[in-house]
Amino acid sequence: MDATLTLVVDGRPTTLTVDTRTTVLDALREHLDATSPKKGCDHGQCGSCTVLCNGRRVLACLSLAVAHDGDEITTAEGLAPEGERHAVQVAFLEADAYQCGYCTPGQICSAVGMLDEAAAGHPSAVSGDVAAPPTLDRTEIAERMSGNLCRCAAYVNIVTAIERVHAGETAR
Amino acid sequence: MTLTPDAMGRALPRIEGGQKVAGTARYAFEHPVVGPLYLHPVQSTIARGRVTAIDTSTAEALDGVVAVLTHENAPRLADTSDAEFAVLQDDTVAFRGQYVAAVLAERSETAREAAELVEVTYDQQDHHVELDEDSPDLYAPDVVNPSFETDETVGDPEAALESAPVTVRQTYTTAMTHNNPMEPHTTVATWDAEDGRLTLFESTQGVSAVRTAVAGVLGLETGSVDVISPHVGGGFGSKGTPHANTVLAALAARAVPGRPVKYALTRQQMFDLVGYRTPTIQHVTLGAEADGRLTAIVHDVVEQTARFKEFAEQTAVYSRSMYATQNRRTSHRLVPLDVGVPSWMRAPGEAPGSFAAEVAMDELAVATGIDPVELRIRNEPAVSPASGLPFSSRHLVDCLRRGADRFAWRLRDPRPRARLVDGWWIGTGVAASSYPTNSMPGSSAVIRFHVDPSLDPALGAAGRYEVEIAAADIGTGARTVLTQIAADALGVRPETVHVAIGDTALPPATTAGGSSGTASWGATIADAADRFRDKWGDDPSDGAQADGSMPDNPYSGRYAMSAYGAHFAEVAVHADTGEVRVPRMLGVFAAGRILNPDTARSQLLGGMTMGLSMALHEESVLDPRSGHVINHDLANYHVTAHADVGVMEAEWIDEEDPYVNPMGCKGIGEIGIVGAAAAIANAAHHATGVRMRSVPMTLDDFVV
Amino acid sequence: MKPFTYARPDDAAGAVDLVAGDPDAAFLAGGTNLVDHLKLGIASPTTLVDVTSLTSDRIDDLPPAHGDTDGGLRIGAAVRNSDLAAHGRVRAEYPVLAEALLQGASGQLRNMATTGGNLLQRTRCAYFGDRTTPCNKREPGSGCSAIGGWARYHAILGATHEPAGQACVATHPSDMAVAMAVLDAQVQVLGPDGERTIPLEEFHRLPGDDPTRDTVLRHGELITAVDLPAAPIATSSTYRKVRDRASYAFALVSVAAAMEVVDGPDGPVVADVRIALGGVAHTPWRATRAEDALRGGPATDEAFRAAAAAETAGARPIESAVGGNAFKVPLVAGTLAAALRTLAHDPSTDPTEEPG
Repeated sequence: MDATLTLVVDGRPTTLTVDTRTTVLDALREHLDATSPKKGCDHGQCGSCTVLCNGRRVLACLSLAVAHDGDEITTAEGLAPEGERHAVQVAFLEADAYQCGYCTPGQICSAVGMLDEAAAGHPSAVSGDVAAPPTLDRTEIAERMSGNLCRCAAYVNIVTAIERVHAGETAR
Repeated sequence: MTLTPDAMGRALPRIEGGQKVAGTARYAFEHPVVGPLYLHPVQSTIARGRVTAIDTSTAEALDGVVAVLTHENAPRLADTSDAEFAVLQDDTVAFRGQYVAAVLAERSETAREAAELVEVTYDQQDHHVELDEDSPDLYAPDVVNPSFETDETVGDPEAALESAPVTVRQTYTTAMTHNNPMEPHTTVATWDAEDGRLTLFESTQGVSAVRTAVAGVLGLETGSVDVISPHVGGGFGSKGTPHANTVLAALAARAVPGRPVKYALTRQQMFDLVGYRTPTIQHVTLGAEADGRLTAIVHDVVEQTARFKEFAEQTAVYSRSMYATQNRRTSHRLVPLDVGVPSWMRAPGEAPGSFAAEVAMDELAVATGIDPVELRIRNEPAVSPASGLPFSSRHLVDCLRRGADRFAWRLRDPRPRARLVDGWWIGTGVAASSYPTNSMPGSSAVIRFHVDPSLDPALGAAGRYEVEIAAADIGTGARTVLTQIAADALGVRPETVHVAIGDTALPPATTAGGSSGTASWGATIADAADRFRDKWGDDPSDGAQADGSMPDNPYSGRYAMSAYGAHFAEVAVHADTGEVRVPRMLGVFAAGRILNPDTARSQLLGGMTMGLSMALHEESVLDPRSGHVINHDLANYHVTAHADVGVMEAEWIDEEDPYVNPMGCKGIGEIGIVGAAAAIANAAHHATGVRMRSVPMTLDDFVV
Repeated sequence: MKPFTYARPDDAAGAVDLVAGDPDAAFLAGGTNLVDHLKLGIASPTTLVDVTSLTSDRIDDLPPAHGDTDGGLRIGAAVRNSDLAAHGRVRAEYPVLAEALLQGASGQLRNMATTGGNLLQRTRCAYFGDRTTPCNKREPGSGCSAIGGWARYHAILGATHEPAGQACVATHPSDMAVAMAVLDAQVQVLGPDGERTIPLEEFHRLPGDDPTRDTVLRHGELITAVDLPAAPIATSSTYRKVRDRASYAFALVSVAAAMEVVDGPDGPVVADVRIALGGVAHTPWRATRAEDALRGGPATDEAFRAAAAAETAGARPIESAVGGNAFKVPLVAGTLAAALRTLAHDPSTDPTEEPG
């Protein structure tokens, strides 16, 4: 069964016809050559496919493309205008917050979404008093990023990179 | 030849970093190809027996299915002497999850659907998949990985143990674990029938090894197979040798000439087909004088292999060279099982072996009342206990002392179960670490100079040095570090050097494994640079070129060469729930010259984290009834996540080693994991008084 | 994965009609569980009816019930887990719920998963998820592989062990539902025959003789909202989840608890308490035995552990060479003690600490 739909990928609306079974992840990678989101597990268990959907971080592997007709999908490649880098990307480079690079676009999209959530005052599992506004320290960052596995284990540097962005240390 | 460091030692940012943070670095599955077919395999649902019938008709009838390959119709392979590569060649089933068919379809969704429709009938036989050291099938392999003696006896360990004032005699076990790089093993294979060429976009730690293996299996000239792998999403050993998946993709490509065949393993398939670390049962006995000096070490290991192919992990080898003693026995025995074949996983041998050896040392420290740091210092050998050779350099004691200082070890109260803070039992532990400094023969490189008008004149160079070697960067930073080495070998700035790797169009190179990559490829590049400068001087003209190859190390066989380290860990165990946390880890390493402090620190931290993962999380649960790993995904097979990592630091001492290679560097990809789990287990004992002799340790080990 | 048609009707009633009229149709909301199951081949609907935009994604104040001063909350079925956890009144008045949500899954999954879908999550039993193994929940009569297999995450309470063809020791994976179990939540449902309200405590069912059914919902019934009544006790509530990884892992054991402690002549006394357990049964497990044991008694560690023992007196752990779950009996005691201790010591229940 096929479906025709439009995804706005990194700002560009694209209409495509895919199998109803096709996930947003496969639509991006196999149909639109947008290979920045990665397939690590395909079951929502690793975070490598993280993209921003209408501004919020989600897992593209568990999203059916047909159910996202018209949605704005932002991948790591589209976080900044062409030729430029998002502050989180700059911080990842400066902190050596990646090794093999496969989980990296997902980590970065996740970090961007997470910083927005924190700025909106969302608590986390380590916030202590969930009613109080959270303070984004290393423990908070690590908890909020735990949906993004990194087998090379760049965790320490990833948290450092995000911490620096949060502290506004990294200029865009 | 020794290089003078200039670029080496600097924190040059990763050359491909911009591509990686944007996600534009292309991994194997992501190379654009025209008109691809998607492969989805059918795997055996029995662990031992024969396929008696395969009905592919329903699958073939599905719209979009192009072919269904089985052992009845798949192309014949030229060489099946390596049984792991004998894909779809006959009806035997040697392990559960083995390939028994493969669907090729226009869409990935269709391929998967069709694979579910293939009906396989089996003649099932009894299988044995449990590691049992009393198995009648237990045997001694000829050698252990890669070519160590299986058994080794020095002196008279039994007599020494009998007269030892203090002995520790315990059994330690480590779990079956899977490498699980984030990028699944992947091949995109295209067979050009007219030219007789096979092209593989492959996720591998060594394109040259894949080319040789695949050419041999398919009966092609080596030069007829192109393997391209510019970026690799981790490997940790599982991509160190090709596995059946690569052969399957290549085989399938030959069945559909001209059509690229795309095959990425599902995460579940990663638990069946691409190797794993064997579980180990390790009997360690230490004999010592009252002052802690070792009089005997016995380390006897039982582990598993596949019945259809042998892999023997060198688990006891760690104990051959770590501590001084006059009497020692080490041995390895294998139980052949109806399982997939184990293979390399980060620090094969050293990682599980050090767990047993370093926990046993902690037990000896308790038994003798000697501080565990001091105990290790007292047993520091003057020459290699394994070979009798002098060390090219060994600074284990410095690592222990510096780590103890940084970890405020002198304030430690040695009594276990003595600190309860906010409901958590707190303790600290130490363990040593070592990993051999390997260099592999067989790489070559070419250096080419060309005048490049586009080059920034501010660089003070008229041209660019193209350095070509079919090396691999699996996240290690090899591309960057080789650039630094080439710059220093050529006496130029790294900005004027471009290193091309990951392609068999380049001069062949050895595999990224055994922490040997930088040493081997670096020495090869240094050799090429030496020849280049001999031939062309320091002001080459456009088109100047020189070849080089991996030189023999004149000091090999004259010195024992290893890197060393010391791990310190703090563990917290919740008094009510038994939850285990590691708030603090410190690793201090002595690994020769550190060529790039940023990428080195990342590798060491990565290894330590994988050690944390080994200590607390990783266990592949093999269900003895079905014969397969039941927790075969990343929700059920836990690897350490962000929240599990507390304050973790890696540092090193400046170590000059003129003997190891022209760069003076030692491999650092694996030493970070070696000993890390033991330090955590030792800290857990200090925290709770419960001795952990098995990993992973989980909360049920502590909850009462 | 079998092919399916995709439908997005105009309203919830249309969605109900579509699904109710087709035994092979299923609702699709956040997709975090269903899409996973489509890929695993353990769900194979021929029609997916997308209800993501058909139920409310708002959290509304409910008017006070008769005799109450405060009203509760109505949570639209389409409210995402992250939004529910971030809601001001949930955080202040039902902390157990916010904490449970935040200890579940990951940030990305919480942005996707809906309130209705979360309640309908199916078990994470590894055998249920692996079509090559026997499983009575997936394939009635085939047997239960978890018994004698990898049962680390499995039930110790209320499971079916015999007969073999009906056995099921699966656990319900939701954290949110465990918290809702102590909040007397009411599930609002729209079906082909109209609306009905199902108390959360009756919503999930034990495997009994039919482990294929997780809930009492009938085919075609759609969750439209979950109501939380006003619950003053819930301001002193917490969720304690114990798992094998510090984050992003399912519960081995979890405790949702709300407790009111008053000063007695011999120390603090439990005036009222509500407890539910996760990770131990096919449902969120309301621990009424433990509640009864505690109510009116001292708020001490010994009492907390004794209450846990009362609750797990009938536990039936699974023995297995590859991962049994006998450890869950002491773990329930430890986790319950840890949770209740924080409530007993909660400064907000201490009058001297109360802000003016």
